[in-house]
Amino acid sequence: MSPMPTRISSDEVAHVARLARLSLTQEELDRFTAQLGAVLEHARDVEALDTAGVPPTAHPLPLENVFREDEAGPCLDRAEVLAQAPAVEDERFRVPRILGVTP
Amino acid sequence: MTAADASGRRAENASGRRAGNASGRRAGWEVVVGLEVHAELRTRTKLFCACPNSFGDEPNTNVCPVCLGLPGSLPVINRAAVEFAMRIGTALNCRVQPSLFHRKNYFYPDMPKDYQISQYDIPINADGWLELPSGRRIGIERAHMEEDTGKTTHMGGGGRIHDAAHSLVDYNRAGVPLVEIVSAPDIRSADEARAYVDELRAILVATGASDGKMEEGSLRVDANVSVRHAGSSEYGTRCEVKNMNSLRSLGRAIEYEAQRQIEVLTEGGSIVQETRHWDEGAGRTGSMRSKEEAYDYRYFPEPDLVPVNPSQAWISEVSSSLPVLPAARRDAVAAASGIPAGDDSVVTVVRLDLDRYVEAVRSAGGPDGAETVAVRRLANEVASQLESLEHLSEESFASLVAMETEGSLTPAQSRTVLKELLESGGDPRAVASRLGFEALAAGALSEIVDQVVAEYPDEWARFAGGEDKLMGFFAGHIRSRSGGNADMKEASALLRSRRG
Amino acid sequence: MSLASAVEVAAGVKDGTVSARAVLEEHLGRIERHEGQVHAFNTVTADRARAAAEAVDAAVTSGRDPGPLAGVPVALKDNLCTRGVPTTCSSRILEGWIPPYDATVVSRLQAAGAVIVGKTNLDEFAMGSSTENSAFGPTRNPHDLDRVPGGSSGGSAAAVAAGFAALGLGSDTGGSIRQPAALCGVVGAKPTYGLVSRYGLVAFASSLDQIGPFARSVADAALLLDVIAGPDPADSTSFREPPPRASERLGAGVEGLRVGIVTELTDAEGISADVVERTREAADALSAAGAKVDEVSVPAAVYGLSAYYLIAPAEASSNLARYDGVRYGLRASGSKDITDMYLRTRSAGFGAEVKRRIMLGTYALSAGYYDAYYGKAQQVRTLIIRDFETAYRDFDVLLGPTAPGTAFPLGAKTQDPLTMYLNDVCTIPSNLAGHPAISVPFGTGADGLPAGVQILAPALGEVVMFQVAAVLEAAAPDLPVPQLIRSEVAR
Repeated sequence: MSPMPTRISSDEVAHVARLARLSLTQEELDRFTAQLGAVLEHARDVEALDTAGVPPTAHPLPLENVFREDEAGPCLDRAEVLAQAPAVEDERFRVPRILGVTP
Repeated sequence: MTAADASGRRAENASGRRAGNASGRRAGWEVVVGLEVHAELRTRTKLFCACPNSFGDEPNTNVCPVCLGLPGSLPVINRAAVEFAMRIGTALNCRVQPSLFHRKNYFYPDMPKDYQISQYDIPINADGWLELPSGRRIGIERAHMEEDTGKTTHMGGGGRIHDAAHSLVDYNRAGVPLVEIVSAPDIRSADEARAYVDELRAILVATGASDGKMEEGSLRVDANVSVRHAGSSEYGTRCEVKNMNSLRSLGRAIEYEAQRQIEVLTEGGSIVQETRHWDEGAGRTGSMRSKEEAYDYRYFPEPDLVPVNPSQAWISEVSSSLPVLPAARRDAVAAASGIPAGDDSVVTVVRLDLDRYVEAVRSAGGPDGAETVAVRRLANEVASQLESLEHLSEESFASLVAMETEGSLTPAQSRTVLKELLESGGDPRAVASRLGFEALAAGALSEIVDQVVAEYPDEWARFAGGEDKLMGFFAGHIRSRSGGNADMKEASALLRSRRG
Repeated sequence: MSLASAVEVAAGVKDGTVSARAVLEEHLGRIERHEGQVHAFNTVTADRARAAAEAVDAAVTSGRDPGPLAGVPVALKDNLCTRGVPTTCSSRILEGWIPPYDATVVSRLQAAGAVIVGKTNLDEFAMGSSTENSAFGPTRNPHDLDRVPGGSSGGSAAAVAAGFAALGLGSDTGGSIRQPAALCGVVGAKPTYGLVSRYGLVAFASSLDQIGPFARSVADAALLLDVIAGPDPADSTSFREPPPRASERLGAGVEGLRVGIVTELTDAEGISADVVERTREAADALSAAGAKVDEVSVPAAVYGLSAYYLIAPAEASSNLARYDGVRYGLRASGSKDITDMYLRTRSAGFGAEVKRRIMLGTYALSAGYYDAYYGKAQQVRTLIIRDFETAYRDFDVLLGPTAPGTAFPLGAKTQDPLTMYLNDVCTIPSNLAGHPAISVPFGTGADGLPAGVQILAPALGEVVMFQVAAVLEAAAPDLPVPQLIRSEVAR
């Protein structure tokens, strides 16, 4: 497991912003780079802890096998749903062109 | 010739080669294929909510806060989907194990939450295999559960994404349960890929988990294709090929892509790892490369769900409730008929669910070799007349096959009776009788042959001396003397052995 | 008049002594007079509330049981989905969004006869400790209008403190109920993770979020919690068994109970001396009431803040991806393609703190960093749980400060995110462990502003937790009536 780097670079901030579909001004990029760096620096104390062999806790709950039965239930009223949509055409959600971003 | 001419000639040759037959160009190269198959499960409701799992309804009518990903919504796992996933895994000889759901994060308008709930490094089924009719085993790395996306329709530009002006999204399909079956890269040809999908589809249908219809989208296949020098153990760089909507497309796309890669490498280039889109009309794959860097899905365990840990009792119950699977059915037909399990006739009989007729013949008792005859008739005559199957009862088929096997009917007569049974049903003996097909008594054919030979001594002398064309002369007389009831193959054999 | 408790209101409405409508009008009157200064609400639902109150009165008149919260005015944090009523999470990206469904807790409240008066302000998407991150302006502390009410559930805390409602619901991911409760001088509790359904709570950090009560008394908080707690088939992370009843042993006292003062909390970074004093006084009060009080160490608790600021943003970055302009909420106009639309919508729709946490979370999950950040933080979580388990072998409940200090001035901590994050240092360990915790007002700071003290209990330990909280409450110095309504309300 690689150790945590001390700072985050503005290139890395720009990269994660893109992954998260946020566009930042240069000023924001600089400001956030400094702020995120400070938070991550503070988080280094976690590195000091010996966690070898410690299982991660994804959940504080001891539950497993929570299911529902395969029975149909009520759906939403389409008009109520589409009333909240920014753009609708032909009872479907309309979006601008998608241009080759298929993952 | 000039350099321009030469490159032009190369280009012409290239397209000519692409259009032509594949096998000759492959010398020295091996194609390596892994397939990812997504099967829609036949549950009543979606994977994480109670909306109907139904195809073809009015857009956006089978939606709720959960499958629309509305703020505040939460998923709850459909037990039947888990059961189906376990059935599939068991049928593919996988280890069924405790598993987690993970989030796969990426932005796309058909994804209501902009993440997909899927399974990552701890899937419900792992490390299985599938046996092709040829006997080759293809490894199954995993068969995991995940939710389907909505459907996007691209408007303007002929329906293709690249030229579209805008798109419309319908979320009826969002949240439908899928099992994704990932094979090991063990497939070595386009034909083998088709055989794999065919077999997998039959297994899925047998388990009841999916109806496996590629053309309707309930079975989707993506291919990972790479090439390497024959005999090499290193894997080449692979490309993922998508958008193949039929078995035929799958085969064509793999052929094309393999050839494309071979040409690139032969000309000294290298393969870029990317996703390519199969264009059925143009007969080629095209790059779907976007401006994005390689996708970082940032998988992490789904915090809104708890682990799935099927009990031993549940796993055993699933295992024991599976029907006989296609490979085992082929083996049964092979054992009964003596025809190898991988033979086309056996494959056809099982694929078309005609093996119940073989079983009927087997359990009716009767002459040795009846099952062999049965398979032949089923694969040849019945297979092309499936729409008439309702007229053909298992009993009358068994009875007909017995008659042919014991010699009461010649193969030609048997085919005629069978055709009649398929058209209008009935009892084979009655049909045979009505058509005037009667059994020749045991030594009757031999007697007729003797008579005819005796009546035409001159022709016989010439035939015995080597004039083979007189076979037809004798055959004709034998046939009319027997009123058409002679087995002509047997008659010819007798004539030949008579002359020594 | 004094501010009536929920218990009193429900009893009075039920036996016909007072009408739900009258109770409501009294509260709406206070809202009308003072909400302009406090800004506790994003939406006041006066008409709906009147209809609900009338329905309760009609039930009472016709002899039907109106429910355990009959006629009680309740304020809901604006990240709880309410059908037909805007639910904004105090964000531009959901401005005007009207959910087509109710959160489970909302349905339970309505079935119990509660009267919902409005949706309260919060830090945007529950990210913050002062309610200053709201896109619609901050809420002000009713005790001192130049000061913050705490956050992220500042609006609900202020609404209850100011008498705009008798009860409030908030959500607590890292302390967002307890800390504002302490700063506003009210009771605020975070239940055991899984006790209350999260269906309909707009998610921030799914493995940490819990909905919980605000009230002016421990008994009121218990009453509300008992109404909303319990299994929900719509939430896979809710317990399947019947919940412990918070009200069960409210009067049982603390004789013989073992109380541990958590040294890592009293010694935490930035804790003020007077808050530590109040904690010691609270410990003395419990001791005087018969509890066995001692100090205890929960060593891994000091890593809680760091682990939290990796886990919570990571989950949030994924939970907030859905705000993309496609199906609801804000969509930036004039986008040339969908990626452009995503970028412009989210950049315009989210405030700075939300963007910061989304990026931090995305980074913590990204390829190459998952093990070092998110993965490691989940291991730290295990260590915290283990250290709590060890502590609970020798103690029934634990004690500590709630917040590092009293209410700070608006703008005092907005320059540096890290300074703001330190507000959560005492509350975060309970979220990471999934354990319940409650803040009870206990005196004031040197500045005369309310101080709160925290009781922590093991998972599903609500009964003993409320039991001890009730004793603390009884022993606590008198609560200052908020400046804002002092002239209207006698003690």
